[in-house]
Amino acid sequence: MKKYTLNFALTIIITWIASMFLPWWSVMVAGVLSGAIVRLQKASTFIVPFLAIAVFWMVQAWILSSTNDFILASKISVLLGIGENPILLILITGIIGGIAAGVSGLLGNQVGAAISPNTK
Amino acid sequence: MKTWKLLVSLILFVGILYSLNTKFVQIPPLGKFMNPNNGFWTNELTENESSAIEIPGIIEEVKVIYDNQLIPHIFAQNDIDLYKAQGYVTAQNRLWQMEFQTHASAGRLSEIVGSAAIDYDREQRRKGMVFGAEKALESMQNSPEVLSYIEAYRDGVNSYINGLTKADYPVEYKLLDYKPEPWTLKKTALLLMYMTDMLAGRDSDFEYTNMLKKYGSETFDLLFPDFFKVQDPVIPQERDWGSWQVNVPNTPERYMATDLATGLMDKPHPDNGSNNWAVGPDKSYSGNPILANDPHLGLNLPSIWYAIQLHSPSQNVFGVSLPGAAGIVIGFNNDISWGVTNATRDVKDWYKINFKDKSNSEYLHDGVWKKVDKRIEEIKIKGAPSLFDTVSYSHHGPIAYDENFGLTDERVGFAMKWIGHSGGNNQKTLIELNKAKNYDDYVSALSHYVAPAQNFIFSSNEGDIALWINGKFPNKWEGQGKFVLDGSNPEHDWQGFIPHEHNAHVKNPERGFVSSANQHPTDEAYPYYVFNDGYETYRNRVINDFFRSKEKFTIQDFKDLHNNNYNLKAAELLPTVFEKIDRTQLNDSENSYLDQLSDWDFYNDIDQVGPTIWERFWIHLRRSVWDEIDSLEFEAAYPKTYQTVHLLISEPELDFMDIVETPEKETASDLFLLSFKAAVKDLKNIERKNETLNWGDYKGTFVGHLLQGLPAFSRFNLPIGGNSGIVNATSKNHGPSWRMIVEMSNPPKAYGIYPGGQSGNPGSKFYDNYVDTWAAGEYLELNFMQSKENQSNTLFTQTLKSQK
Repeated sequence: MKKYTLNFALTIIITWIASMFLPWWSVMVAGVLSGAIVRLQKASTFIVPFLAIAVFWMVQAWILSSTNDFILASKISVLLGIGENPILLILITGIIGGIAAGVSGLLGNQVGAAISPNTK
Repeated sequence: MKTWKLLVSLILFVGILYSLNTKFVQIPPLGKFMNPNNGFWTNELTENESSAIEIPGIIEEVKVIYDNQLIPHIFAQNDIDLYKAQGYVTAQNRLWQMEFQTHASAGRLSEIVGSAAIDYDREQRRKGMVFGAEKALESMQNSPEVLSYIEAYRDGVNSYINGLTKADYPVEYKLLDYKPEPWTLKKTALLLMYMTDMLAGRDSDFEYTNMLKKYGSETFDLLFPDFFKVQDPVIPQERDWGSWQVNVPNTPERYMATDLATGLMDKPHPDNGSNNWAVGPDKSYSGNPILANDPHLGLNLPSIWYAIQLHSPSQNVFGVSLPGAAGIVIGFNNDISWGVTNATRDVKDWYKINFKDKSNSEYLHDGVWKKVDKRIEEIKIKGAPSLFDTVSYSHHGPIAYDENFGLTDERVGFAMKWIGHSGGNNQKTLIELNKAKNYDDYVSALSHYVAPAQNFIFSSNEGDIALWINGKFPNKWEGQGKFVLDGSNPEHDWQGFIPHEHNAHVKNPERGFVSSANQHPTDEAYPYYVFNDGYETYRNRVINDFFRSKEKFTIQDFKDLHNNNYNLKAAELLPTVFEKIDRTQLNDSENSYLDQLSDWDFYNDIDQVGPTIWERFWIHLRRSVWDEIDSLEFEAAYPKTYQTVHLLISEPELDFMDIVETPEKETASDLFLLSFKAAVKDLKNIERKNETLNWGDYKGTFVGHLLQGLPAFSRFNLPIGGNSGIVNATSKNHGPSWRMIVEMSNPPKAYGIYPGGQSGNPGSKFYDNYVDTWAAGEYLELNFMQSKENQSNTLFTQTLKSQK
């Protein structure tokens, strides 16, 4: 449980720092690093960083959009063909960030294994 | 074991990275686009914060006060700072649009949207848009003062661009996955060319030549008369031109060009035009002149106009600007107000070129072979290799049609002679008008202006009203340029220009008002040859009749006239239809539609069904009159609405009334009957689909985003009446792009509105907040600030100053 929390927090912290000088794929860098440093097992390797970034992106999107009455989110959701639905758009944003981070978590885990073969 | 796991996860990682970072056809790169750090979420923002901004090179502090409509009021302490601030502030609200319009002008859209825009880009290059911009830039650079202002404007735009992070880019950049490039002087020239093309880029020379060849000159003149039977020109017919010394070149022998180009280039919208009017002290309720203007253009978001006030020790001026050009285009200051309508004139002619051989490098002119100048045009295409096109330039201008475009004969070409290629310093006109204090200043400002020619209307607090039909016009021989000309005959070249002081104009006419609505500038008495393929025939008469109808006019009268939906075209034709149509041939249902139409008062208001019935009827009627032209196998021209109506009334048995497909010989009465029956069929379908025949629903006016009306960023089904040819010229996607009324009191009282909003950001509540006000026929009261102190109803203030 402690490892989950650690990986979750680390993914967000690294993303937060890396996004100051890297493009959107800072989440993927964070996923790899946290996955390699705090190695998890099985499905959690994907799920924990997925949740971390999904939550992180959704909260950010929510804060930006709710203070502006969801004006742009409503339009972009129409543009992307899901009808006027800012909440669904926020969810999709989270899923996209989550997938990017989760896949990176998988890679991080393998990189971690390759670097220090003795720890599991 | 571990190696393949590593490999699989690596492949997965790279796959996701690539697919979320790449644009697939219409789908933006999702990772880039959706991340809340610098994707579209950071554009979810309404402008609302005061700030201090450092701009390199600002000489003295500039204050920008944004009123509650997000209109900036710039207070600068010198003119260089003023235009620098205008550039900065405009870019802040409209950067994407500014760049997109200049890319469109230069034929560079393929760079942004890919191969879909190649044909468009090629036409822009072949029209010589960049060539024209280079000429205009040369003219501007010859005036050190103007140059310093447009440089300041450029620097202002660039200091905004330089301060942007990816998160700040307008959302369209993120959607299409590209980034802004630095602003240049050439871009300002390209923007002015964009307007010149929009307003002075039409001609029908090829089509007219084809029609003349097919029908002979007698029928041609019947279909396409130079003057219409009823007219009310811009310059009142009482005007006497007798005192002028005028030299018009001699008309050479008749010439008929053969082997014409096919697959002609797209033309600007035929309804691009405008209304303006002003009453002098005698006709004004208050004794102050009152002036109004409403330019009719495509209805787009972001709007083509950007409202702004510019204040410095040398000027205090308010109005609308074109994002990308310095100063104000339509507006007022404490002393004068002015506006423009398009002064359409045939300023684009075509010359047939005979090349010496298939290398296309020499052409015949005045008995000798002259060299062409070849320009290689590289059209960059997103996601594909560049396309190269060579355009040859003759002394006439670009040989736009040749074997690579529109023609098959490798030794023939058609060169374009266009006023848009002759340079000119329109910026100087705008900058001087902004500071003008009286009639003389106004006339002197107009003297620098070249194209697109405009009817510049004027009023001043000294009580003057005036109107100049202003631009640089070739002094043509009778008929020159109506048909394709002979590129080898020097007598066919433009022989010179009408001197500026001979441009038709009027000051303080006896009738007490001046007006224009793209109609004929003058009657036949004007001593120079005046021709155009599309003078307006309805709005102008409604406007002038209104001003002749009573003694005094108020601001409310002006508002009512802007919103006047009277359909003169229908009012002129329908009485004849009701008289001639054979009601016994109509069934009950058809008769009931006809009853509804005859109950109509000819106003195209949103809640009426009459205009919808009329519209469907007219579409069928027009088509059945000119069915002969529909079936022609060359590029053809259609007679104007006015002439069609005139012939239907006065020559009901003309051969053209016959429908070629049927064995019978039809007359106008038969066409009324058949067209009405066809219209009723349409109307029943529309009723089934829309559940109403109300004009507003049928017309469905929309304001479309500049990216081909991207629905998510557009506004649809706006409840506004009117139509093309009506004073309220709002058709489906075209109409009054800015409505302004100014009374020259002290200080002036002014009202304005446009179908858009000040912010170009679709995420801002100021993106489209004027649209509903505009559709309702209402106005904003413009807050013309006399000083920067103690302003109320403001949103926030920006302070621009130089770096320490």
